[in-house]
Amino acid sequence: MIELRDFSIGYGQRQLLEDVRVTIPSRNLTALIGRNGTGKSTLLRAVAGLNRNYSGHIDIDGKDIRSVAPDEMARMMALVTTERVRVAALKCEDVVAIGRAPYTNWMGRLQEQDREIVAESLKAVGMEAYARRTMDRMSDGECQRVMIARALAQDTPVMLLDEPTSFLDLPNRYELCTLLSKLAHEQGKCILFSTHELDIALTLSDSIALIDPPRLHCLPTEEMRHSGHIERLFNNPSLWSASLCRT
Amino acid sequence: MKSRTGILFAVLGLLTLFLFLLDISAGAVDIPLADVWKSLTGGDVSDTVAAIVIDIRLVKSIVALLAGAALSVSGLQMQTLFRNPLAGPYVLGISSGASLGVALVVLAGVGSGFGIVGAAWVGAAVVLIVIAAVGQRIKDIMVILILGMMFSSGVGAVVQILQYLSNEDSLKTFVIWTMGSLGDVTRQQLLILVPSVVVGLLLAVLTVKPLNMLLLGEDYAISMGLNIKRSRGLLFLSTTLLAGSVTAFCGPIGFIGLAMPHVTRFIFGNSDHRILVPGTFLTGGSVLLVCDLISKAFTLPVNAITALLGIPIVVWVVLRNK
Repeated sequence: MIELRDFSIGYGQRQLLEDVRVTIPSRNLTALIGRNGTGKSTLLRAVAGLNRNYSGHIDIDGKDIRSVAPDEMARMMALVTTERVRVAALKCEDVVAIGRAPYTNWMGRLQEQDREIVAESLKAVGMEAYARRTMDRMSDGECQRVMIARALAQDTPVMLLDEPTSFLDLPNRYELCTLLSKLAHEQGKCILFSTHELDIALTLSDSIALIDPPRLHCLPTEEMRHSGHIERLFNNPSLWSASLCRT
Repeated sequence: MKSRTGILFAVLGLLTLFLFLLDISAGAVDIPLADVWKSLTGGDVSDTVAAIVIDIRLVKSIVALLAGAALSVSGLQMQTLFRNPLAGPYVLGISSGASLGVALVVLAGVGSGFGIVGAAWVGAAVVLIVIAAVGQRIKDIMVILILGMMFSSGVGAVVQILQYLSNEDSLKTFVIWTMGSLGDVTRQQLLILVPSVVVGLLLAVLTVKPLNMLLLGEDYAISMGLNIKRSRGLLFLSTTLLAGSVTAFCGPIGFIGLAMPHVTRFIFGNSDHRILVPGTFLTGGSVLLVCDLISKAFTLPVNAITALLGIPIVVWVVLRNK
């Protein structure tokens, strides 16, 4: 569970979010949506502890992240960034194994249990057949799955993903978000992902966090659909009717 | 796969040992192998022969092994830290810091009490302090990379001015220093070089896990609990001890540190630093031993040979990465 209390963030003179008070529930897939430049990535980076220039509080399962040590934080939250990571000459299972870093010793030695978790994580994203392949010859969708497996191996109650669907084609986008939804429900995780795809957000996520500068609304998808916020913010009739028709 | 890595390590280890012994046996004076062995084991040989083998050749072979290993390991650290395949031990400006120190002593005659080695050491250390201070304030590692390069160019310009203004004799001393030499280290100086390199290597071993995490970039590394300031600090310190000490004693030796991490990645087919750090130690050490053997055979400056060997490798890397 992620709780923002009296949370404000911005850069320079520009205030992106002000006095936000929102709870993002566990066992839930939450889509973070908002127009370009409204601070989706900024918010995710703040929650991940990568940007400390905010006021107010971010609580993860009741603990303020300002008071949490880096290694403890790493066991509470995993992150998948927009960056396309491709490490040459490193097998997928080794990439995923790096996700075990918060639990391994000074040289990162894997125990039997760590190996099992790495294998399970690859299996959960349907990449077990790729375990011994290297990432430099894989498609964007496959790499994205490996990075999600790495986040799963970190074994955290909270998982953040910054635009995980942006390099994928339509079938892959749906497949990936279905996977995220399954992970949230089966493993009881709080998964928050930012996206530009309104239709995906409306069809697959349990709740939606919508940036309405400088506010942030977070409602169950059904309520959000009827709240009128989305029409107001994404005021483009053609786009809007298309996504409603599909749902 | 495990056994393949094991076999590679055994082969590389034996190769390094063989090259090390070969380097001791080769030299301008013909000494029979039996006498070389006797000198090393304290057997019955003339004092002159023992002196040549121990004081000159053994010292030089140790220097070659350690210098090659140190530069290559520090190149590996910088390539991973900056996520740049063209980074090397000198990206932070360590060699230009050292050369400014030497230029001041040799060309400008400032603080000549330091000697060349001391001057180079101080120069490299000053660079470390500046970079570490800047690194505490700047988050973006690419900014540090750019600052390091700009700093190097700036210092290079000052060195050029000093060269332009100096007389012929000191200019020649300086230029020869920049060509690199493995043979100028004395037995006493080895007492400083060896511990510095060993401490630098120990730090490199201690940072294998941070380096593996950094393969995915700093954001990921931090999100997995890496203390980025501490890890950067340790890596900078390690690199300065390794590259700074070697440069102080041997002059700036180019290309080894840039090329050998790539060769090692290629040989082992792996980017795991638990394999790469010891692997690069062995490949770097053995290649500089080979360079030393070649430079003995043709009496050429070692830097010319490392460049001629290293450039094709760098070109290969660039072409392979497209």
